[in-house]
Amino acid sequence: MRLTVDGTTHEVDVEDDMPLLWVLRDEIGIKGVKYGCGIAQCGACTVHVDGVAVRSCQTWAIDAVGAEVTTINGLGTPEAMHAVQAAWAEHQVAQCGYCQSGQIMQAASMLAQIPNPTDEEIDAEMSGNLCRCGTYPQIRAAIVTAAAKLREA
Amino acid sequence: MGRGKTIARRAFLIGSAAVVGGVAFGAYLVKRPLENPLLADLAEGEAALTEYVRITADGVTLITPRADKGQGAYQVQAMLIAEELDIDLDQVTMEPGPPAAAYYNTALSEEAPGFMPTDDGFGANSMRSIMQAAMKVMGVQITGGSTTTADAWEKLRVAGAVARETLKAAAARETGVAVAQMTTARGAVILPDGTKIPYVDLAETAADIQPVEDVTLKDPSAWRYIGKPVQRFDIAAKSTGTQDYGIDFELDGMLHATVVTNPRKGGACWWINGDEALAMRGVQAVVPVTGGFGVIADNTWRAFQAAKVVTAGWSKAPYAAEQADHWAALEAAFSKDGQDSQYRDDGDIEAALAAGDVVQAEYRAPYLAHAPLEPINATVRVAADRVDVWTGTQVPRFVQAEVAKITGHDADNVHVHVLVMGGSFGHRLELDVCKQAAEIALTVPNTPIKLTYSREEDMAQDYTRQIAMARMRGTVKDGQVESLDLGIAMPSVVASQMGRLGLSVPGPDAQIVAGAWEQPFGIPNYRVTGYRAEELAPISSWRSVGASTNGFFHDCALDEVIHAAGADPMAERIRLMWDDASRAVLEAVAELSGWDGPSMGPDRGRGVGFCMSFGVPCAEVVEVTNTEAGIKIDKVYVVSNVGQVVDPETLARQMSGGALWGLGHAISSEITHFDGMTEQVNFDGFEAMRLYQAPQVETRALELGDHVRGMGEPAVPPAAAALANAIFAATGTRLREMPFRNHFKFV
Ligand code: FES
Ligand code: FES
Repeated sequence: MRLTVDGTTHEVDVEDDMPLLWVLRDEIGIKGVKYGCGIAQCGACTVHVDGVAVRSCQTWAIDAVGAEVTTINGLGTPEAMHAVQAAWAEHQVAQCGYCQSGQIMQAASMLAQIPNPTDEEIDAEMSGNLCRCGTYPQIRAAIVTAAAKLREA
Repeated sequence: MGRGKTIARRAFLIGSAAVVGGVAFGAYLVKRPLENPLLADLAEGEAALTEYVRITADGVTLITPRADKGQGAYQVQAMLIAEELDIDLDQVTMEPGPPAAAYYNTALSEEAPGFMPTDDGFGANSMRSIMQAAMKVMGVQITGGSTTTADAWEKLRVAGAVARETLKAAAARETGVAVAQMTTARGAVILPDGTKIPYVDLAETAADIQPVEDVTLKDPSAWRYIGKPVQRFDIAAKSTGTQDYGIDFELDGMLHATVVTNPRKGGACWWINGDEALAMRGVQAVVPVTGGFGVIADNTWRAFQAAKVVTAGWSKAPYAAEQADHWAALEAAFSKDGQDSQYRDDGDIEAALAAGDVVQAEYRAPYLAHAPLEPINATVRVAADRVDVWTGTQVPRFVQAEVAKITGHDADNVHVHVLVMGGSFGHRLELDVCKQAAEIALTVPNTPIKLTYSREEDMAQDYTRQIAMARMRGTVKDGQVESLDLGIAMPSVVASQMGRLGLSVPGPDAQIVAGAWEQPFGIPNYRVTGYRAEELAPISSWRSVGASTNGFFHDCALDEVIHAAGADPMAERIRLMWDDASRAVLEAVAELSGWDGPSMGPDRGRGVGFCMSFGVPCAEVVEVTNTEAGIKIDKVYVVSNVGQVVDPETLARQMSGGALWGLGHAISSEITHFDGMTEQVNFDGFEAMRLYQAPQVETRALELGDHVRGMGEPAVPPAAAALANAIFAATGTRLREMPFRNHFKFV
């Protein structure tokens, strides 16, 4: 099957029901996408499919054929960060950092749809993303910063 | 000041060694008679250098030997070196973990028991207690934790200073300018005429001369890094998905594997049938590992899928199969026979209890999983002459020894490469995954095998936090606390953990009463007794170890007696406190939170929790509202005394992260057993704090005394207590067992 990931097309030969997560990680080699639970409970595997956040552990690769898949590695780079990534760096959100790819992808998707989210909207959109290190207060602050930056742009 | 001199001579030697193209500076260890037995690999008189600074023509590298589980330990270690070396962090390369090019071989990891003070305490401290236990077994006395800590805080700075002064001496030799006329800044020696000689240009000369050991550490007023907020060097990578963790490690020709072992932890595997799995796409082999099987495939998911269809015969659990029996074992431990320690017995507790109205209660705390978000993993390659292990571990030295036993190589030929960890909380003190990866890799020589646990396996096989129970009694007199008697029962974490290393530890286990017996309260009649329950399900050090349960027990027990006395929870704790730093911590949290009593109006309340653990007094105030929908945590205040703040950002995160960790588990989490198996094997069953529950946390660190202490653990123990006490203030209901959500809904 043919997948478009971060603007590049990849031809992969995998089972139809292989989760997108494992195609990205083990077949294409995009390691920014993380495995945390495999059952849509932690959000570490979050990517965008046509701009919308999905749990890649619960998305069959075949269902992403014909769509634009964006991973944390395609959202921005250390040299050219996306506004959400820049806010994450500014607030030094990460502790171990393992959950943060998913947090950032979820936040970027939310802000694309809700440019000025209320606290309640942030709660609702972000509570599926688990952080074992307890960076939630910093995540909330970074979202507010990113939202303001994105609204200016 | 001359402080550096004394330090360098008293505690350790800092030296240098020539390396390819340059020079390395670090702590010099010389094997002498009766020296630390952990230097056993070194022959008498032989020396080894643990490098901290390496300078070659290619650049300056700072080596940060203490593992980083996400708490910023690398950053803190680098700051200490850079402070004295006079170099900026944007000019250096960081090399985490024990160096891979081990030119002094195994000696490089010999420092295991000496921990970075600012290392996240929970790894360091639990290891410290394990190492102390190991030393005890071997009949060796070692220095207590606090001196080790102080030495390490000085050691990295001295290493930086020795490097700086030696580079100046090298510059003097090259230019003829007197050392006294030189200064250093931004990685260069500066001559009186303003000429800058970069350190890298001096490396070869520096390697050639005697290192300058008479160094003076900078006066704190001259510090540029220590105590100042800086941008963590890994923050860009961790904000862009470009930080690689152990699970991301990859080598050419690597195969993927997973394992399943007897879900009754430690039980045997009688037989396996992998026929169906072997017919699946990409599956290469199904092989036995200790207690279960491994599947080798060309992709992680394929290995996971295949593992689900392998059938196996499992033995019974080597411990009580049902959760109720675990609790019964704890209840049974409250007896003369079960008594393990009584480190505190002040006044006449029996007389005091006989004289007054007795407040009494029983408390419980459940098993908990570590569950760092990155599942356990290790990559191993076995070749004829060497073995390589790439993994996120807190105990590289043990990994080396255990893997060597499995593969039959000399330990010297087992090379452990420590990779970045996606959390640990004590989980990566265990090394089953490395042993299993070695067992699997041994069946396919020269092929790197990356073993990844499924989340289910990670949680089902976790050696959890201990379960524990406490029974308290207390009396009051004239509106004050008159007596407190606390008995705590749990299985021994140290015995369980050491047992897996084949060692037994005689004597009491201090963890059974840690976070309780050593609390600095001057209660007239005050007794803390530890009871050792039989060994149940295997357990391990979980962020703050014994104090994780005992901080809750002790502080809530005290809160009950204070309430009975009719005293203010904050004022009475402060009145009882005899330790100045601890009192200052309580006074500061009262001030920060604007404490004016436990009541905050209708359905609102606040509670204070205090616990001294790992030498750090920490007090927290939690504010809650009892809403229509459930309990809402509004705000949390955390104050502790760490002696010296190295990196304020990192410290604040450990304080807030530690408090949220303690609160989240107190609200939602437990691990229970059914038919010998863990009932919660993923985040649907083992729930954790989510963003919507997380309050804002305000932190303040005090700098009293001169010990530098780590903050990875001490914010955990007071959190559950502060929350329970706050809920009591808001609702009148005492919560005496975790998780609290069994009694209240939380929003
Ligand atoms: S790995 Fe997909 S939600 Fe956890
Ligand atoms: S930063 Fe470690 S899990 Fe979120």
